[in-house]
Amino acid sequence: MAKISVDGVEFDAKEGENLLQAVLSAQLELPYFCWHPSLGSVGACRQCAVIQYADEEDTQGRLIMACMTPVADGMRVSLEAAHARDFRASVIEWLMENHPHDCPVCEEGGECHLQDMTVMSGHTARRYRGNKRTFENQYLGPFLNHEMNRCITCYRCVRYYQDYAGGTDLQAFGSRARMYFGREEAGVLENPFSGNLVEVCPTGVFTDKPFSKTYTRKWDLQSAPSVCAGCAVGCNTIPSERYGRLKRVHNRYNGSVNGYFLCDRGRYGFGYVNDDARIHKVGVRAADGVFDVISAEEGEEKLGDIVRDGAIGIGSPRASLESNLALKVLVGEENFCTGLSSAEDALMRLILDVYECGGARIPTLAQVEEADAVLILGEDVLNTAPRVALAVRQSVRNESLEMAEQAGIPLWQEAGVRSHGRESASPLLVASLLPTELDELATHTCNGAPESLAAAGFAIAHRLNSAYAAGEELDGPTQSFVDDAAAVLSRAKRPLVISGTSLRNDGLIKAAANIAWALKAQGCDAGLLLTAAEANSCGVGMLGGGVDLDTALRAAAAGQALVVLENDVTRRADPDLVASAFSGSTAVAVLDSLENATTESASLVLPAATFAESTGTFVNYEGRAQRFFEVFAATGETAPAWRWLSKAGARAGRNDMHWQHVDQVVEAVASHPRLVGVADAAPNGGHRNAAGNRVPRAPHRYSGRTAMNAGVNIHEPKTQVDEETPLSYSMEGAMGDQPAALTSYVWSPGWNSNQSVFKFQQEVGGAMAGGDPGVRMLDAEPAQVDFAQRYRPLQTPIGAEGDGRFKLLPTHSIFGSEELSGRSQPIAERGPQAFIVLGAAEAARLQVAEGMGVRCPELDATFAVRVEESLAEGLAVVAMGLGGLGDEVPSERVTLEPDPEFVPPTTLIARG
Amino acid sequence: MSEADQLIDVLTSEEVEAIEAEIAHLPDRESAAMEALQIVQANRGWVSDASLSAIARLLGMSAAALDSIATFYNLIFRQPVGRHVIMTCDSVSCFVMGCEKVHKAIEESLGVSPGETTEDGRYTLLPIVCLGACDRAPVIMIDDELHGDVAVEDVPAILERYP
Repeated sequence: MAKISVDGVEFDAKEGENLLQAVLSAQLELPYFCWHPSLGSVGACRQCAVIQYADEEDTQGRLIMACMTPVADGMRVSLEAAHARDFRASVIEWLMENHPHDCPVCEEGGECHLQDMTVMSGHTARRYRGNKRTFENQYLGPFLNHEMNRCITCYRCVRYYQDYAGGTDLQAFGSRARMYFGREEAGVLENPFSGNLVEVCPTGVFTDKPFSKTYTRKWDLQSAPSVCAGCAVGCNTIPSERYGRLKRVHNRYNGSVNGYFLCDRGRYGFGYVNDDARIHKVGVRAADGVFDVISAEEGEEKLGDIVRDGAIGIGSPRASLESNLALKVLVGEENFCTGLSSAEDALMRLILDVYECGGARIPTLAQVEEADAVLILGEDVLNTAPRVALAVRQSVRNESLEMAEQAGIPLWQEAGVRSHGRESASPLLVASLLPTELDELATHTCNGAPESLAAAGFAIAHRLNSAYAAGEELDGPTQSFVDDAAAVLSRAKRPLVISGTSLRNDGLIKAAANIAWALKAQGCDAGLLLTAAEANSCGVGMLGGGVDLDTALRAAAAGQALVVLENDVTRRADPDLVASAFSGSTAVAVLDSLENATTESASLVLPAATFAESTGTFVNYEGRAQRFFEVFAATGETAPAWRWLSKAGARAGRNDMHWQHVDQVVEAVASHPRLVGVADAAPNGGHRNAAGNRVPRAPHRYSGRTAMNAGVNIHEPKTQVDEETPLSYSMEGAMGDQPAALTSYVWSPGWNSNQSVFKFQQEVGGAMAGGDPGVRMLDAEPAQVDFAQRYRPLQTPIGAEGDGRFKLLPTHSIFGSEELSGRSQPIAERGPQAFIVLGAAEAARLQVAEGMGVRCPELDATFAVRVEESLAEGLAVVAMGLGGLGDEVPSERVTLEPDPEFVPPTTLIARG
Repeated sequence: MSEADQLIDVLTSEEVEAIEAEIAHLPDRESAAMEALQIVQANRGWVSDASLSAIARLLGMSAAALDSIATFYNLIFRQPVGRHVIMTCDSVSCFVMGCEKVHKAIEESLGVSPGETTEDGRYTLLPIVCLGACDRAPVIMIDDELHGDVAVEDVPAILERYP
């Protein structure tokens, strides 16, 4: 710690940290543009100038850029000195010369860092009377608007997009006053983390395009702390509502999980909440096969009737723990299934077994970024758990950070660190079915079928420690990958092994565990990250079920009643089995938010609330329980599924599930030994701050409350009362001292933009005040097991059977593979058409080439062909969730034939 | 058509050869960006979008990244220019020595404003901040030749030397 004097007041600061960060951590006000806690300092904008004095005698001092100056003990600086203030006022006046006077019509207005800094710097009147330079804007795809006239050339966009996210198609063009930040030509911004530009740009150059279609000012939005439902990473989000529609999703800082950034699936994948296919009424299938609308009470009664004499319950990895628990209690453990496909369920059990052995650390995303060697075994993380890929991208920088440290370059000195360590990168080893986007960063790659990748994994563990059994013989390239991986990983101090469930191969997970355990035994701090597919895959896995999905469906086919919770089972099981379950079951009750193939086959449909209209808990890949809060009240009969189930239980005469309140369900969840921590994921509904206040969902400037529904009813509606959470449905309450899990929006006086988040952090870029949200539930001490013997390689035949048929393997697309986000317009627009990947030899045999079509009669589906040289004979890879496919590939091999009729659909892009 | 063939289709084999020769001196291919742009411009007068893409492919970088470099430099021409490029210095020494009259004479004689090309494609007129020859102000440069102490009456004769 160093002591620094700022305008005569002493503060503690970290020695060597940059002065801007230290000043902000001390909660002082200093304007800045180009600096960002995740992007470091480049000293480009000159806005954070302060005066530094040599000693007590020095009254003149000299101007320095705070972001470029390391903190030193005894340092004396002034933010308030007239010279510093004048300089900062001049800088902002120059920046504003070309900035348009369009705040009233600009979408950034009211949450604009430039506005805030302009006011802070005291530049209140324009002297410049000349022409402003103007630009043509570009079409950048469905996610972002482009308005270059507003640019103040801080370079944050390209530094984020290129240096942090690895994109190459956003560039800085030209020089001097004609700098242009855009693409070489108009077109979709390709990087799947492009949406963060909305929050990274300090003004309105890049704004949220879907949001702008039904725009609302930040101060008019009602928001709540939430958790992304897009994958198993569990990024923290702030979704916002107005007029009963979910308008946008912003990042909610969590220093251990997502930090400052989301992926585009998470940011733009919420559109289904507003979809026309939403179910808002209770429907019962009449004799003519059409749904009749019935009242909520009748619905409860009918559901009660269905479960009274026992029913099979199918839960869901995309429903909250609370709803899953309610169903589990309602039907009983022996009749409850997690809703994961049978294959995935087995893998989830395996992952929990691995974690509960406690052999290696389960890393947070922040810890992924700190890894100094990463091995990815089989999982295509960019497409299955996208935010992990962005974290892995940062891990590769550790080598250059270490070099910088040795050379005495402060780590926040972005340009210095990058140019000093230009050619160096920490090792990244990618073993994958197909080449992945991360390969460009990889020091070693290897492609193969899942069984070969698993064999490679077992071999790596064996090389590290011969007590771990090796698998099958490997081919030359795979063997050299194994040799390199073992050498590289054993040199690392914080190695990390990543795998997951997406290839539906247990060998990969077992091999990944063996490697991590073998590394750990060598004395290093090894991490093991195993991803699952959906927001609550891990949670529902921990809750556990007595039967797997296929068994549950067979029981239904044999005549059992069936209750399906937020699950389109047609995506997860064999279509024939699902069909027989639907036809054989005496009654099929489905609780879901959106019409799908399962609700189509139901005899009773109950409208379930989405994450935005309910409060509940998701458990992410690291076993972190995180609470999401209701953003706005559901319309129509829509209610959280647990409430339907609880009421139905009461109707059926059950006296153990009279839950009125979500906290009661949370308590019931927490009675499960694995899930005790759930109760602490966020404060319960009784929480109030010291002054007895709730946390408001709406900012204090929230307008139109008395008038916004006047078109429907002229009388002012009664403010909705929140019976369940510590949040209020209005601006009443107090913001600022709430626990991080209750941060419904970020704002601080003078800081209207999201940059105000530092006011809620322990130190700038650190953990949230009071600790990052969420409770980790899978951390375990090493168990008394023989780690080396626990998982042994299986001998599995690999290769074609020679009958010309294909074994299908799954691959995923960040846009389109996940069920709900895939039904959001901007995501669907970015999703690829259904495709199949064939090896060069198989493509030649089928006489098809890249871009031509093949048909699979068994799946009744047509795919565009992609050719991948390395893919083995007898294999074909299809993208899940696209073109009518669900989440599973058939286990039997299928036939493929060229489709001469195939016409590649032209991409329709809505411009403007 | 192979990738190499596609490159040759846009760039001449001499250009590719000259660029490869530059790359040979440098730690990585991208570092030859400036040299490559200059080689192509020297050969064709300017760098078209097609040339730019081809150079980017040759250097293993994105066209956007190369264009970011190209557009930073005002003497890498990303639009077609005339057979001769006239650069008129408007910096302080030349201004003191009356360059404005000379510039006006050139503009009137060619019938174009700074930044424009004559209709016959013979001249492009560009302003420049300093040509480093203040002792001979006012100065203009046409192609690679410097003309110092230019007076209004010298203008027709100077222009005549560039067909």
